[in-house]
Amino acid sequence: MKKKEIIVEKFLLVCTLITVFTSAAIIGILLYQTVYFFSEVSVWEFFTNTKWTPLYYVKNYGVLPLLAGTFLTTVISLLVSVPLGLTIAIYLSEYAPKRFREMVKPSLEILSAIPTIVYGFFALTFVTPLLQNIFPQMAGFNALSPGIVMGIMILPLVSSLSEDALHAVPRSLREASLAMGATRFQTSFRVVIPAAFSGIAVSVILAISRAVGETMIVAIAAGQQPQFTLNPFVPIKTATTYIVEVFSGDIEHDTVEYRTIFAVGMTLFVFTFILNNISYFLKKRFQTNL
Amino acid sequence: MSQKIEVKNANVYYGMEHALINVSMNIKANTVTALIGPSGCGKSTFLRLFNRMNDLIENCRVEGQILVDGQDIYNPKVNVNELRKSIGMVFQKPNPFPKSIYENVAYGLKVNGIKDKRLIEEKVEQSLKQAALWDEVKDKLKKSALALSGGQQQRLCIARALAVSPSVLLMDEPASALDPISTMKIEELIFNLKSSYTILIVTHNMQQATRTSDKTAFFYMGELVEYDDTRTLFTNPKFERTQNYITGRFG
Repeated sequence: MKKKEIIVEKFLLVCTLITVFTSAAIIGILLYQTVYFFSEVSVWEFFTNTKWTPLYYVKNYGVLPLLAGTFLTTVISLLVSVPLGLTIAIYLSEYAPKRFREMVKPSLEILSAIPTIVYGFFALTFVTPLLQNIFPQMAGFNALSPGIVMGIMILPLVSSLSEDALHAVPRSLREASLAMGATRFQTSFRVVIPAAFSGIAVSVILAISRAVGETMIVAIAAGQQPQFTLNPFVPIKTATTYIVEVFSGDIEHDTVEYRTIFAVGMTLFVFTFILNNISYFLKKRFQTNL
Repeated sequence: MSQKIEVKNANVYYGMEHALINVSMNIKANTVTALIGPSGCGKSTFLRLFNRMNDLIENCRVEGQILVDGQDIYNPKVNVNELRKSIGMVFQKPNPFPKSIYENVAYGLKVNGIKDKRLIEEKVEQSLKQAALWDEVKDKLKKSALALSGGQQQRLCIARALAVSPSVLLMDEPASALDPISTMKIEELIFNLKSSYTILIVTHNMQQATRTSDKTAFFYMGELVEYDDTRTLFTNPKFERTQNYITGRFG
């Protein structure tokens, strides 16, 4: 009996270690290849050059166009998902009857069960033509359309996590506010939302991480031209799209061209890593504040 | 002295459950009334009639007449927010907002549209003094209310309720979550507040009822069994059920 216990324990330990090891290995390879890359291309060039043409005859290694593309699609998606998601969360948590809330929340989450490739073609073949009716100058590939669709995709993430945060605010705080003659609106905006603020911030940060890392939608609908621009109507290329392109192409391994994807991947990783840490910190503060 | 509160044949239903059965009671101004009885006897439901907090519960239905200052507070024309401003409430567990001490007390004034900063400051100080908390917090009004001790938090909640100048104060077991010294302070406070407010207090603590109240109402299974001067009720109850409860034979 005791032997069995030990075997089970060791098995669980090994499973845990595999996860840790995998993370460590990914970071290790990223780091190794990135250091290698920067021995051939200067950090200065990487972060200041505004042209990205590593696969062309004249090679430029400026990551800024890719970051601009990622930034642009991310901001557009947040402009859609954050206001809409928060409104939904406030309605569901503070106003909606219980039964309605229990019905709507799962159906909202269906949005995140749709494969991203479906979203990608939805953006390209439906949203883009629709937007072109309003903005005739818009190109067939652009940042706006995939940005909006990405916003719809991460909407349930924002609304669901924010709703959880609002719902976790103790009922007694609402009662205290209402008992003093405050309206439901005042109670929501002056007591419940401030009390849930760090939880809401966590949902927004996770939404940013999700948007930054999103690949398929932008690869399909945003285009393939790394441009250092914030114009939402022209084709751009995001960091993730670039990685896909190199990976699916026939670039030889062990070349600078190949290692660019690790440098770009590392940049994305550092960014989302920082965001996740901020959200972890906020989450802890949220829990101690309640 | 006139009647501050008149309850005539009040019935409360939660769905199919008849939580309060035909209760009638008159309460004079500037008195303390203790509501006692075993858990689930309807005393908290009764307390929450007066600021219509029962409205927040789905499927809750109220019948009968409840008059405060001669006005039927369940008349459809009554503005519930105005009503709740005039009838303050202190809850069982201290529930300060996760804001500063100052903001907690100022909250009720601000949501009622008062913007004059001087007036708010005066009212905050006055309310904190009334709640016997001013001396302890006057140097740290900007600090978080959550940093206060449980007893201080509860007195802060009392100050918060007083700030909007209610005439009635409802207290739902205000000391049940507190240590004996904090409890004593709250009881002293109740005694001092009596001159300006009409106070209803739900309590499980018989000694507290005898120490703080003028009148006591004993509830059992949704009915008002006995309502009398506190001294009479505790020394010479008319009903055996009251006798059994106050002597601790059940409950």
